[in-house]
Amino acid sequence: MDRRQFLKIAGFSIAGFILDPSLDIRPKGLFANTAKQKITSYIRKWGMAINLDACAKKPGCRACIDACNIVHNVPGLGSPKEEVKWIWKSPYPTVFPEHIHIINREEIKNLPVMVLCNHCDNPPCVKVCPTKATWKREDGIVMMDYHRCIGCRYCMAACPYGARSFNWFDPRLFLKTVYQDFPTRTKGVVEKCNFCEERLIRGLLPACVEVCKENALIFGDLAAIDSDVRKILKQRHSIVRKPHLGTEPKVFYIL
Amino acid sequence: MLGKALTGGKKYWMWVILLGAVILAGFASYLLQLKFGLGITGMGRNVSWGLYISNFTFFVGVAASAVMVVLPYYLHNYKEFGKITVFGEFLAVSAVVMTILFIFVDLGQPARVLNIIRYPSPKSVLFWDMIVLNIYLLLNLVIGWQTLNAERKSEPQPAWIKPLVILSIPWAISIHTVTAFIYSGLSARPFWLTAILAPRFLASAFASGPAILILLCFIVKKFARFDAGREVIRKIAQIIAYAMVINIFLSLVEIFTVFYSNIPEHSLYVRLLLFGINGHLLLSPWMWVSVVLGWVSAILLVNPQTRKNDTILMATCIAIIISIWIEKGLGLVVSGFIPSPLGEITRYIPTTHEIAITAGIYGVGILVLTVLIKIAIAVKKEAES
Ligand code: SF4
Ligand code: SF4
Repeated sequence: MDRRQFLKIAGFSIAGFILDPSLDIRPKGLFANTAKQKITSYIRKWGMAINLDACAKKPGCRACIDACNIVHNVPGLGSPKEEVKWIWKSPYPTVFPEHIHIINREEIKNLPVMVLCNHCDNPPCVKVCPTKATWKREDGIVMMDYHRCIGCRYCMAACPYGARSFNWFDPRLFLKTVYQDFPTRTKGVVEKCNFCEERLIRGLLPACVEVCKENALIFGDLAAIDSDVRKILKQRHSIVRKPHLGTEPKVFYIL
Repeated sequence: MLGKALTGGKKYWMWVILLGAVILAGFASYLLQLKFGLGITGMGRNVSWGLYISNFTFFVGVAASAVMVVLPYYLHNYKEFGKITVFGEFLAVSAVVMTILFIFVDLGQPARVLNIIRYPSPKSVLFWDMIVLNIYLLLNLVIGWQTLNAERKSEPQPAWIKPLVILSIPWAISIHTVTAFIYSGLSARPFWLTAILAPRFLASAFASGPAILILLCFIVKKFARFDAGREVIRKIAQIIAYAMVINIFLSLVEIFTVFYSNIPEHSLYVRLLLFGINGHLLLSPWMWVSVVLGWVSAILLVNPQTRKNDTILMATCIAIIISIWIEKGLGLVVSGFIPSPLGEITRYIPTTHEIAITAGIYGVGILVLTVLIKIAIAVKKEAES
């Protein structure tokens, strides 16, 4: 049994325990628990939409960044060179060099845009990893195994979005407090955003989404027609980063 | 035969001790890196491969270039090269040893290196590179050693060695091609995303590797009184001349595509590399040194008069090695990361620790080469007398 199978079965079993005390383990997905949300396919595809306008309403806000850093024990190195970043801001023209033409919307020119791992459907980082320390789950989350990573940083070279960070030093030395519900990392391994898979499994939204007062981040199942994320993608125009590379990002930006 | 490495004059031992000191210094720095992490190098979030991987790339080329003496000897029956094929093979051995060490010191979690074998990932080019490099090391060790053994006993080579030699020829091409694929398959790095990367790698390798071989011949002649012969050196010089011209041609072809198409994503890298940005020169002074050295040495090599002059030839070989080392290392690996996917321009400057570790690995490579060449010469001299 490989790890993926194990996780799947383990996931289903846990879900089975929680949702169905009679232990009737039907393939019902992890949270098919609300009657309202009828999921047609049991394989979820997690995705996120980021509403740039909503985000722009609060300049200087970094609630999502702080929340993510805390619940994931992201070290604060204070040095841009060795920094570990899961979700962060970058100016619009650097995030969307291929969409600079709409910059005549003045407010967009200097807009800070939240960026994070896109959990690509076709992730180059997974393909290059020589140890399968980074892999894609069936629900689309691109995962990191901190215990298997050898620190070759091939995935950093391969990610077209700069979404991966390496622990150039022992990250524990840079943590003021340790959040007990999430592991800390060692030096010499790569890490990145994990869509809060440890929260999803408990039925919670990702920390950044939960904490955002402006509802700028919308998270959900792309495979479910009536999910919030699908709804907003249907109503509003959205773009993704570097679509021409065919990585098929699952983080969408609403313009 | 190994015993032959243990007998030597004063100069030999001084040399070995010197190399040992360099290796020790490098090892001390490596222990520090192990303790504190790769943060003690100049690498960072944006430029995440540096001096180590640059050198790795360069020495894969040197290793591959052994084929330039093996092929004419075995396939075209060019007898003169018989004198030095074993040098080529041993140069390849020491170069591969260095490449493996360079990869190793670049790992964040070296204790887990066997994960590459425990969880093989055929989709990863790095996996294949590991395989081809290790097999190539083995091939050259076996072939080189067996050739010497036969020479010592004045016997013909055993029959089983011939297929291995034939195999080693495409294998040499494969190690550098696979190494090029590490880079040229990444959609994330427009600078590397070009199909002529592998041919360019080979062309520059077939110039720099044989240049090292020529220098080696001169060194051996001076210190060990072993003469490879004028004819051999002339022929290798010709090979370098061709390779160098092709190398320059291929870079020009690349430059045409990049600038004529003028896709910003692609041209920006070359522009930065050659001209810097906003007055920040970054790597461009290095690049121009490389370009000038490359052109001048190509001209000197193509011209038969200058090519046949030993002093000029030696200087040209040194120039070529420097030129291609800069091109492969700084010009290819490091500049692929600048600018970063989010447009950040980051300056990469290796630290002293990083340089010491690199020097230490050079020390190991040169020591391996010294020992192997010493044995080879002792055997050859014995067989002659
Ligand atoms: S954004 Fe980068 S790290 Fe995330 S899945 Fe895509 S390629 Fe991998
Ligand atoms: S750094 Fe780790 S996760 Fe990235 S490619 Fe290497 S082994 Fe895989």
